[in-house]
Amino acid sequence: MVSKQKTHMRHVISLLIENESGALSRVSGLFSARGYNIESLTVAPTEDASLSRMTIVTSGSDDIVEQITKQLNKLVEVVKVVDLSESAHIERELMLVKVRATGKDREEMRRMADIFRGRIIDVTDTSYIIELTGTQAKLDSFVGAIDAGLILETVRSGICGVGRGDRVLKV
Amino acid sequence: MVITGAEIVIRSLQEEKVDYLFGYPGGAVLYIYDELFKQDKVRHVLVRHEQAAIHAADGYARSTEKVGVALVTSGPGATNAVTGIATAYCDSIPMVIISGQVPSSAIGQDAFQEVDTVGITRPCVKHNFLVRDVRDIAPTIKKAFFLAKSGRPGPVLVDIPKDITAQKCEFEYPQTVAMRSYSPVVKGHHGQIKKALQLLLEAKRPMVYAGGGVVLGDAADKLTSLVRKLGFPCTNTLMGLGAYPATDRQFVGMLGMHGNYEANMGMHYCDVLLAVGARFDDRVIGSPAHFASEPRKIIHIDIDPSSISKRVKVDVPIVGDVGEVLGELLALLDSTSARPDQEALGDWWKQVEEWRRRDCLKFNQGTDVIKPQYVVQKLWEVTGGDAFVTSDVGQHQMWAAQYYKFDKPRRWVNSGGLGTMGFGLPAAMGVQLAHPGSPVACITGEGSVQMNIQELSTCKQFRLPIKVILLNNGYLGMVRQWQELFHGNRYSESYMDALPDFAKLAEAYGHVALRVQKPGDVEDALREAFKRKNDLVFLDFQVDPTENVYPMVQGGKGLTDMILSAEDL
Repeated sequence: MVSKQKTHMRHVISLLIENESGALSRVSGLFSARGYNIESLTVAPTEDASLSRMTIVTSGSDDIVEQITKQLNKLVEVVKVVDLSESAHIERELMLVKVRATGKDREEMRRMADIFRGRIIDVTDTSYIIELTGTQAKLDSFVGAIDAGLILETVRSGICGVGRGDRVLKV
Repeated sequence: MVITGAEIVIRSLQEEKVDYLFGYPGGAVLYIYDELFKQDKVRHVLVRHEQAAIHAADGYARSTEKVGVALVTSGPGATNAVTGIATAYCDSIPMVIISGQVPSSAIGQDAFQEVDTVGITRPCVKHNFLVRDVRDIAPTIKKAFFLAKSGRPGPVLVDIPKDITAQKCEFEYPQTVAMRSYSPVVKGHHGQIKKALQLLLEAKRPMVYAGGGVVLGDAADKLTSLVRKLGFPCTNTLMGLGAYPATDRQFVGMLGMHGNYEANMGMHYCDVLLAVGARFDDRVIGSPAHFASEPRKIIHIDIDPSSISKRVKVDVPIVGDVGEVLGELLALLDSTSARPDQEALGDWWKQVEEWRRRDCLKFNQGTDVIKPQYVVQKLWEVTGGDAFVTSDVGQHQMWAAQYYKFDKPRRWVNSGGLGTMGFGLPAAMGVQLAHPGSPVACITGEGSVQMNIQELSTCKQFRLPIKVILLNNGYLGMVRQWQELFHGNRYSESYMDALPDFAKLAEAYGHVALRVQKPGDVEDALREAFKRKNDLVFLDFQVDPTENVYPMVQGGKGLTDMILSAEDL
């Protein structure tokens, strides 16, 4: 198990795909058919409405990740594929957390949101919804830092990624 | 000119110079069938089951350089086609399948004969389309043909809702296809090709391993000249048979699970391996770990980057059309005076010949019972090695591959990747239509042939003079063989009781048939059958039920770990 973890690196793959119906299932079908991991997958149209951009977080040995990018490139509707984790890049994820906020917890939750640079975007007598953006690790540590008993629900978007500086994924 | 979607479908097929369309009508494709009726350029071949339509189109494509085309209706028409589509996908066969779909407004309503055809076929096509607008029919069919035959070929499905085939629009068939997301590499990387040649020239124990990609890429001539110029031994995969002439001295036979001893040993102990249009699959190299245990340099030419370094690490990968790359290799070889070390090559050949002397395909015919290998050997003699041969899947398929020596590409038509029983007879129909004057034999077993036996009726209707060579051993032979070797002779469900009298069955369909029981009658029966140029002749050879396919490498074992005969057990 230890050796497995050593070789199974996390990769962030970004791709441009024709914005056609069925495109998402071609990608997700490829992952399930070949037994590849998907940790998260996000997709939305780009500024060019004919194209969608996907960010897929996966893990595997170098051989497997090489196969993943080759197989993705082989899909007829995929225009471009890059493995963002090969060089400097930025990852962001959005999380919405609904927490119980009553009594002294109300103030405590507000302070925690401030410390993590989150925003409270919905307030009721008994709850807050906190919006938080950041790396996966930051969101994980926020969830770890607040009292687990106060969390009513969480929803996370999955990672969006982009290469730094001159690295541009464009047609 | 404003015409209906159905007419656009047929006109588009005409533009693609489609001469045969294999299909079966139904509700969702009635408008298309109505347009078929009104013309005679595209000839429709009415099969008896949709699976057979796809296999027939597949056989047509494999035996020619053209795209096979099939037409099926929605729902069960499409699901029956799936096995055929997956068969073609696994062997990278260029095909276009048009399927009817329920009317647009009924999609998602669980309508009569509705299935999500695009969803069901997605994992077993190169690409598929659901046409949503009548104006998209012509450009989509154009794209489908382009995708099917370019790059690594494969089946492409076009699903067309019934209402779209009734709507009208202006028809103009596009002359070109532009897809920003699809541009397969054709030319190989020059630097890599130079590196490959260098390795080949330095080789002391070289081996050339060629697969179906050479046949599909129509590169057999180039492969043959390269191998002859270099003087190297050459092996072909099951899919590659005919890529290099089997009767040539440099050919060491098929390799893999039931490959020749000299081919497998050569593959394992070579120091430089040139892999062309092949993919190191499990039936070819057995265990990848065992294969990697012997050091060698590997050059891999393939059109599909995902085939390279998938199961075996490669030293010199070359992505490109095999014909283009082999052409460039040949030109480079011609431009240099350097040649491989003849002394080392001579020693290597001595070793190969020593392996060859094991004569791993020998069998003893005897006088009592017909050996299946003998039938295939005689078939090869009687047809002068020049027939088109299709097969089903199982022991007979391996004997056909081992004992029919294919000297030309596109003569051997079998389901290698998916291993589809029931493929042989319908595939032979496509082959025979593509080559009306040529001898076509379907080597089959009594298990396989029953999976599409209804096509004897299609053969009668279209007067297809196929010769069915049934190697009837009363068992699902390959299953029985594994049960004998690995499951303590427990023949669980591999014996079929109550087989039909195949000769009578074929006669009932209107064909000529004969049961052959004695070794002495085999050759005469075959000669008589091939003399009947206008008749389908069904020969039911009663062969030795205990015969096994050797040599054999057990699944997951190393290539050198071969069982050569029953005495090895």
